[in-house]
Parts: sequence; structure tokens; C-alpha cells
Amino acid sequence: MNEALRTERRFRPAEAKLTAKSSRWRNQLSLQSMVWPGLAFLLVFSYVPMYGVLIAFKEYDLFEGVIGSPWVGFVHFREFFNDPNFLNVLRNTLAINLLGLVLGFPAPILFALFLNEISSKRFKSFVQTVSYLPHFVSWVIFGGLMLTVLSPSNGALNGLLLQLHLIDEPINFMAKTNLFWFIMVGMEMLKGIGWGAIIYIAAIAGVDQEMYEAAKIDGANRFQKIRYVTMPAIMGTVVIMLIFAISSILNTGFEQVMVMQNALNLDVSETIDTYVYKVGLSEMRYSYSTAVGLAKSVVALVLLFGANYVSRKISDSSLF
Amino acid sequence: MRIKSSGDRWFNAFNAVLMAAIVFATLAPFWFALVGAFNSGLDYMRGSVYFWPREITLANFRAVFSDKTIYHAYYVTIARTLVGVVLHVAFTSLVAYGMSRKGLAGRKIYLVIMMFTMFFYGGIVPTYLLYKEIGLLNHFLVFIIPSMLSVWDMIIMMSFFRTIPEPIVESAKIDGAGEYRIFVQLVLPLSMPVLAAIALFNGVYHWNSYMDAMLFTTKSSLEPVQLFLMRIVTSSSAALSLSQEAGSNMPEEAKKLSPETLKLAMMIATTAPILVIYPFLQKYFVKGVLIGSVKG
Repeated sequence: MNEALRTERRFRPAEAKLTAKSSRWRNQLSLQSMVWPGLAFLLVFSYVPMYGVLIAFKEYDLFEGVIGSPWVGFVHFREFFNDPNFLNVLRNTLAINLLGLVLGFPAPILFALFLNEISSKRFKSFVQTVSYLPHFVSWVIFGGLMLTVLSPSNGALNGLLLQLHLIDEPINFMAKTNLFWFIMVGMEMLKGIGWGAIIYIAAIAGVDQEMYEAAKIDGANRFQKIRYVTMPAIMGTVVIMLIFAISSILNTGFEQVMVMQNALNLDVSETIDTYVYKVGLSEMRYSYSTAVGLAKSVVALVLLFGANYVSRKISDSSLF
Repeated sequence: MRIKSSGDRWFNAFNAVLMAAIVFATLAPFWFALVGAFNSGLDYMRGSVYFWPREITLANFRAVFSDKTIYHAYYVTIARTLVGVVLHVAFTSLVAYGMSRKGLAGRKIYLVIMMFTMFFYGGIVPTYLLYKEIGLLNHFLVFIIPSMLSVWDMIIMMSFFRTIPEPIVESAKIDGAGEYRIFVQLVLPLSMPVLAAIALFNGVYHWNSYMDAMLFTTKSSLEPVQLFLMRIVTSSSAALSLSQEAGSNMPEEAKKLSPETLKLAMMIATTAPILVIYPFLQKYFVKGVLIGSVKG
């Protein structure tokens, strides 16, 4: 067989062989020329900043650049750990993100399950359409709307509570340090619940209807159908989404916090991200703020491994 | 037909109330803002204007649209959205097409190099220093160039391109078409749903983003509308000076303006384009999410 092929090839006109080869070569060249600009782009805009993280271990000098600046080791990290803001900033970052994960992650799943139980098609699609809406509004505007609702002078929430005689005088919600984290998480849930549910709604729609019929014949009621048919069917999607949520932990909330932060709640609203922004770009302490950002990434990595360990212990599934 | 237990009925009622509550909680803030924006400023300060304006006026909107700074901010936002989306879709789809072809040598390594950047990020300060070095700081292109390629969108497009039957591409090749021609004349027209979805996502991103402007620009001529809003929303002195300036521009209506109502009118004016078009486009958005979820 091989022999035959080789013989055939030998008898092919040399020219045809050459054009076939050169056209394959030309094709490859076109394909490579499509992809290379993308790689060059990522090299500049993603890999160069990653390399720039080195300045966390240096004393960055504008004129010397990343390479020329002198090494200083862990000086900036030590400075951060001794910074009076350190514990506060770390606590706020962990609190907002972990609360957001614990309360915010199950919300779209529950929403999808409950929405699926609505029998009226029109009401269902109306609820769905409305629930996507906040996702398309910027954090500035969504935050602005929330500030309006929560305002002590003419906010609707204070108006309602006063009307119901639950309070005697308006509450300045954004100055209440014990409420701030919950307001953050509540906003995030309201903004993301519908959009986050899309994927679960699709997963639920993909469940084989015969399974429900079979469960019904076995005498399952509604909750048992959810528990034993729907839940297992969407579990795969849930796990994947959880992986995504955990791998971006500590990265959410920057834009949101920037909008809601004010002088009265600074104690509970300053997170690592906002701190890096202020110290890095406003005070121009480049090396120090890069070290702070890097410390955050390390904490996130520890959390990721911790979550992985726990998930492996209590269930079979783990990320790696 | 089906006999419903009373438990079932209670659950249905509870569920309907829950969904209605979510709808209310979502829509009410928009409605309050709309009502406030149409209410006279001085009257709004007296409080308890919630479900319907007490003194209806268009003064707040007139003030918003007579302010030169706001006009310029809209101009920046519209420009960055149009230019940004076109370049993002063009560049990302080109790379995605190359990556979707099985014949591409080194494809696996390229994919690893690209996906690595989805999980690791240098942070804002190293990024800032890079932009400073290459002259992107305080330049309009800082809104455009860094967002030209998104690996996530690239993967979505790539997996869509791969669903195009190979024989179609092969037959075009036999007819003598090169890869670029196949990409532009064959693959792109067949991929409209995914291109539309990506363009919409990217359009919303550009319309809504203020972070890049806040971090990387200081010139007021580059201020997009969201950053302008950000200043007004977070600083009462900025809101006050805006309202005073608007009041001096239209003295006969100055009493109908207040920092609060002006702010609301601006928020409504900025969100309106999205609110108006989004119900018609939402099926594309949803499709985009679902295409992304099966990327594998």
C-alpha cells in the first residue's frame, strides 16, 4: 500500500506537486498572519503587565523602567502588613467577596428553579425580560439609582419605613457601617440574578420531559421532582459556574464599591482594589501598590486551593 | 385536568408573589428616578415624591441637553462605542477564524498562550505604566486598542466558526479562494448571529465603562458620559456646581432645578438608549450567552 502510494507520487508531474505544496504553504501563511497579530497583542497588553509585576520587589524608578530599577526584596510587602489599613482592607475585601459568593451564587439557581415553576408562559417571559434589565445598566447608574432609593432626605425606602411607622426618623443607610456589606451584596444580587439565571434556565429546559413523567408516575410531588430530577440534571452546570465564580474571587466589586464609597463608610468600604487605585495612581506609589495587588492575588490563590480542598473532602468533585 | 393539592396552590401563590416582588424591586428604582427627573427640583427637595411627579417639568432634561460638557461627554461615549465595536469585532473575528482552522500549525500552543491571559492579570499599576510608556495615557485610543481583542469572545467566535460544515469551506478552496477571501465572503456572512451577539456585548461594555477613563485619562475632553455621571453621583459639590451652572444658563427656570433632579435626569438620559433597544435585542444577548456556555 505504502509502496503503491510512493510509486504514484513519483510519477506525478513535478510541477503539480510544487503548486500543491506552495498553495498549502500559502494557506498556512495566511492563517498564521491572522493569528500572529492576536498573539502580539496579548504579548503587549497582557504579558508585559504580568512581567511588570516584578516592580513589587523593586523600587520603581520612572527613568530606569522595570529592568533598571533596583531590587528591594520584600520591603513593600512588609510595609503593607504593618500598614494600619492592612487588616481593615483585607477584612472588607474578604467580607464583600465571600458574602457575595455565599449569598450571590445560589440566588440565580433558585431564581431559575422558581421561575420554571411558573405555569403562565407570558408572565414567565415578562419576569425574565425584566430580570435581565439591570445587567445592561452601568454600575454608575445602578449605584446612582440605589443611592436615590436609599437616600435619607427623599429616598423611597425611608419614605416607606416612615409611612409604616417602623422608624421614627430617616436612616442614612450609606453611613451605616454595619449595613454596607449587605447593601453591596444585595445590589450585586439584584443586578445579576436574572442574567446569571439564563444558563440555568437553559439547562433546565434541556431536561428530558419523560423524566418528569416517570417521576410523576412514581408519585413524586413537585418538590421531589425538583430535588430528584431537576437538581441532578443541572448539577454539572452548577459546578462549572462555581469554578468560574471561585476562580475570579476577590476580583469583583471594584466599580461597584467606587460608586457607593463615601467618607462616612470608608472604614468598611475600602477594599484592596480601591486601596491599590488610591495609593498607586493618586499617590503614585507604584511599587508599593503593585505589591498590595500581588498580595491580593496570593490570598485569592489560597482561597481557591482551600475551596478545592473542602470540595474534595465533602463531595467527589474538585477543580483540580 | 390535573388535581391540584392545596399545598400546590399555596406554592403557586407564593411563587407568583415572589416573582412579582423581584420585578418590583428591579423596576421601582428606575421608576423613582424617572419620576424625580420629571419633577421640579425645588419641590423634589421637600421629599416624598415617589410614584408620580408632584410638579411636572421638563426643565431638568432641558438643562441636561443644554450643557456643553454633557454634550461632549456623549460625543466621546458614542465615538468610542462605534469605533470600539467595529474594531473589536473585526480583529477578534479575524484571530478567531485563524484559530478555528484545523490546518493551523501551532494551534494548541497558541490557545494555551491566549487562555493563560484569561486567568492572570498584571494589575492596574503595571498596566498604567505600560500605557504611559507607549503613549496611550490621555489618548482617545486608550478606550479602543486595549479592548480590541478579548480571548473570551475569540473562543465564542471560534467555536461558532467550527460549526460551519467543512465541505463548504473545502469547495471554496477548490474554486481557488484563499483563506482571507473565505473568511470575508463565506464565513462572516454565515456567522451573523454570533457577530451580532458579540457586537452587542461589546457595545454595552463601551457604553457603560468608566473605569478606563478614570484610571488612564485626566483630560476633561476625553471624559465619557459615565465618568461624568460618576463625578456627579459620588460628589455632591460636583452636582451642585452643575446645577448652578445650568441655572445661570436658564435663569427663568433655575428654581425648577436641583442637583438631585438634574442627576436623575442625566441618569435617565444615559440609560434610555439601552432601555429602549434592549427588549428587542435581548434574544441575541441570550443567544450569545448560550453560545458562550457550550464553548467546551
